[in-house]
Amino acid sequence: MADTSTQGPGTIEALSLVPKAEARQSMKDFKSDQEVRWCPGCGDYAILAAVQGFMPELGLAKENIVFVSGIGCSSRFPYYMNTYGMHSIHGRAPAIATGLASSRRDLSVWAVTGDGDALSIGGNHLIHALRRNVNLKILLFNNRIYGLTKGQYSPTSEIGKITKSTPMGSLDAPFNPVSLAIGAEASFVARTVDSDRKHLTDVLRQAAAHPGTALVEIYQNCNIFNDGAFEALKDRRQAEEAVIRLEHGQPIRFGANGARGVVRDAATGDLKVVTVTDDNASQVLVHDAHTASPTTAFALSRLADPDTLHHTPIGVFRSVDRPVYDTLMADQLDTAVEHNGKGDLAALLAGGDTWTVVG
Amino acid sequence: MTSKVSSPTEQADEAVVGEQRKPPGAKDVRRLDRVIIRFAGDSGDGMQLTGDRFTSETASFGNDLSTLPNFPAEIRAPAGTLPGVSSFQLHFADHDILTPGDAPNVLVAMNPAALRANIADVPRGAEIIVNTDEFTKRAMQKVGYTASPLEDGSLDGYNVHPVPLTTMTVEALKDFELSRKEAERSKNMFALGLLSWMYHRPTEGTEKFLRTKFAKKPDIAAANLAAFRAGWNFGETTEDFAVSYEIAPASKTFPTGTYRNISGNLALSYGLVAASKQADLPLYLGSYPITPASDILHELSKHKNFGVRTFQAEDEIAGIGAALGAAFGGSLAVTTTSGPGVALKSETIGLAVSLELPLLVVDIQRGGPSTGLPTKTEQADLLQAMYGRNGEAPVPIVAPRTPADCFDAALEAARIALTYRTPVLLLSDGYLANGSEPWRIPEVDELPDLRVQFAQGPNHTLDDGTEVFWPYKRDPHTLARPWAIPGTPGLEHRIGGIEKQDGSGNISYDPANHDFMVRTRQAKIDGIDVPDLEVDDPTGNARTLVLGWGSTYGPITAAVRRLRTAGEHIAQAHLRHLNPFPRNLGAVLGRYDKVVIPEMNLGQLATLVRARYLVDAHSYNQVNGMPFKAEQLATALKEAIDG
Repeated sequence: MADTSTQGPGTIEALSLVPKAEARQSMKDFKSDQEVRWCPGCGDYAILAAVQGFMPELGLAKENIVFVSGIGCSSRFPYYMNTYGMHSIHGRAPAIATGLASSRRDLSVWAVTGDGDALSIGGNHLIHALRRNVNLKILLFNNRIYGLTKGQYSPTSEIGKITKSTPMGSLDAPFNPVSLAIGAEASFVARTVDSDRKHLTDVLRQAAAHPGTALVEIYQNCNIFNDGAFEALKDRRQAEEAVIRLEHGQPIRFGANGARGVVRDAATGDLKVVTVTDDNASQVLVHDAHTASPTTAFALSRLADPDTLHHTPIGVFRSVDRPVYDTLMADQLDTAVEHNGKGDLAALLAGGDTWTVVG
Repeated sequence: MTSKVSSPTEQADEAVVGEQRKPPGAKDVRRLDRVIIRFAGDSGDGMQLTGDRFTSETASFGNDLSTLPNFPAEIRAPAGTLPGVSSFQLHFADHDILTPGDAPNVLVAMNPAALRANIADVPRGAEIIVNTDEFTKRAMQKVGYTASPLEDGSLDGYNVHPVPLTTMTVEALKDFELSRKEAERSKNMFALGLLSWMYHRPTEGTEKFLRTKFAKKPDIAAANLAAFRAGWNFGETTEDFAVSYEIAPASKTFPTGTYRNISGNLALSYGLVAASKQADLPLYLGSYPITPASDILHELSKHKNFGVRTFQAEDEIAGIGAALGAAFGGSLAVTTTSGPGVALKSETIGLAVSLELPLLVVDIQRGGPSTGLPTKTEQADLLQAMYGRNGEAPVPIVAPRTPADCFDAALEAARIALTYRTPVLLLSDGYLANGSEPWRIPEVDELPDLRVQFAQGPNHTLDDGTEVFWPYKRDPHTLARPWAIPGTPGLEHRIGGIEKQDGSGNISYDPANHDFMVRTRQAKIDGIDVPDLEVDDPTGNARTLVLGWGSTYGPITAAVRRLRTAGEHIAQAHLRHLNPFPRNLGAVLGRYDKVVIPEMNLGQLATLVRARYLVDAHSYNQVNGMPFKAEQLATALKEAIDG
């Protein structure tokens, strides 16, 4: 998908209604004058830099870009983008962004949220935004902890996690955001990691190009309350065995020299990881992000061990064409005008049954 | 049969009743000045439809009218039970009336439950039309009648018309290929036909309505038409109905113009469409279905050719969230709900207060707390509207007074929201929402101009000479901040629920700035330009003022008329603006020895008035899910005058 960068926004369907920038943009154009106030060392810095660095590539008029967020550390994001922005209330960013995106198709609307914001208090809005498929890009910063409230377990924390609110260990089974999104019939679901700028940018590129709601889970390190949560995916030695990089059209292989691969278990139909041999090499699954059925994408999302993160796929799990809500909404307005003519207020108020009183 | 309908008239002008005339070859025709009819039956009997049709016939005839639909929250409560009774009351007259009436002159009871549930409201002397077919032993026992009320003398003093409505309907439809059960379903149309004959209602509208409604089932349309006509013919031929009545059109009371009948929710919907047109902004409704507000969502969904976007959200919070997002994008944004929904939306209303974006929050109040009485009316959300948010979060409140007034109130709420960049609460209620009355259709060019100017460029010069845009630099007159919508080059800015620095809008935790911002947001709302309160005190001798708000306007005004007819002096004022109050309210209150505030709550306006003006206002309250009755209010006000 790296070739989209050379296509330019004019050819990206999702952005075809958004006005283009008149001049060439640089990362600097997207930096606001506000001091960034995340903790030193926070993974959010890397994500901010990646987004600011990626935006010029879209070539959109920056006044037509809007970042909407909820509450939490990640939700301070809009203040640092020199675009339009709204820092709203806890969990509600997808709802607010839905109203904005569905009423203004000339905007590129991004929602920035976290694991608590999107999956606890805002879980309902997230799943409904995904099923509706509004033209909206959701960046879910998952650090598996509550940061802004100083370190309680989150809906993505592992079972048994010791935090301030769970001194004897958390009892909650965690959500897997990718599984949840696929279950909600999201048309675009991806996962990436804060520290891998190239991968993160590539996923953002694909998300931006997607017509409809895109969910991008970004594993993000909270160095204060949950430091090293994704170390298994970042440490070069461990990552080789832990990370499965998904690329559309490519066999799903990982490990040293691609020694490991994902195959379908003939007995259960589920997916499993095997050591690739000459005998089974042909059975290694070729990743198809565009397939209509979400079943295999869901199975891929279940490969990761929630405790060790071993066999964590990253990349685009699913990217399918589905009717886009705001397009359909606009089409209904056009159809109504075609059928009934443009609204005539006097005729509406008069209605059918009237009587006249003469003086 | 008495020759006139004996009930206290709202105008207490006991004129034009009892005049008799006899057209050649016809039955007696008497002229009445007004009538109150109540249709009552099982939830599945189609009483609301029957009432609606009679209302439409009456409206097109040109009477003044007022309606009160009253139905259970259950869609189909157990058949034949008291909780399953659904009724529709209609008051119509040859003069100006204000309420659906206290006591029916005519009760149509489709079954024993309907009789039992409604008889207490019906004064002796009234006419009762009962469907005798439903008065079986079992059906009567179900509602606690040990003997038939039609035979045990308990209805002595009423003018009872026993009519086998079901049998006659089935008989009238015997040539149709319908099962007995299907044929029975048309009995409401038989009843409608009979009542239409009794009161000389035009029938073309109902015939056209039936043909349209059942266009895809012509046999059902034909059966309903046949039942309707059979009811009419029955009235004309049977000896039991010796008299029919005329109620002349109320032409003299209405100003010149073209009229239609309209319910509160329809008027409110039209007001929103009109506001969108007058503001030249697209209308965006974010809503979640809730009784009694859903009809506004339904209605607006029909008008997509006006550029109206309706979004049925996953919950109340998303409904207002989407609306707020659309407001940020430059739409005229609305969310519609009832009290429980306002509770869920309160955090977002607070955000809108902080963001200072225009947003209409429409609350069709119903009985509370919690789920309360979903289909009944109440005014108990006033303090929720006023104070139901965290922090100092003032919100203007506008309340319509009659069903048709919902149109003007919606425009007024939009004016305030757009001018002052603020969420506005529009407090209607279940009685206004479902009730209806004639409405003089306004000319479009009479409507207010609501156009706004979006911010176009920088509005501030920094010390170093740089021209910048400050999202919280206010209009010195209105204190409104600029509305800069995405897509405007050079005005990129970020807003949020965190306290903002005055002017720049950047995050600020500075104590003095917060103090200033809290006071400024309050001052903006306090400074909203609202018209002075008008006081109706024709003699100027009144020592008692009755002050109301919202849907109590009709009953209060009717009660005041009764008192004045009886020679009492009483002044009346009615608030449309609950926040801010009209500037002259304090002065008005100070002019009277006594202030009485009737409310369908336990004294919420009275609480505000007492706190604000230190006036010893007397509260008169009713929370039974129904509007006040004029007679009852007149008695209470008389006691206040004498007390």
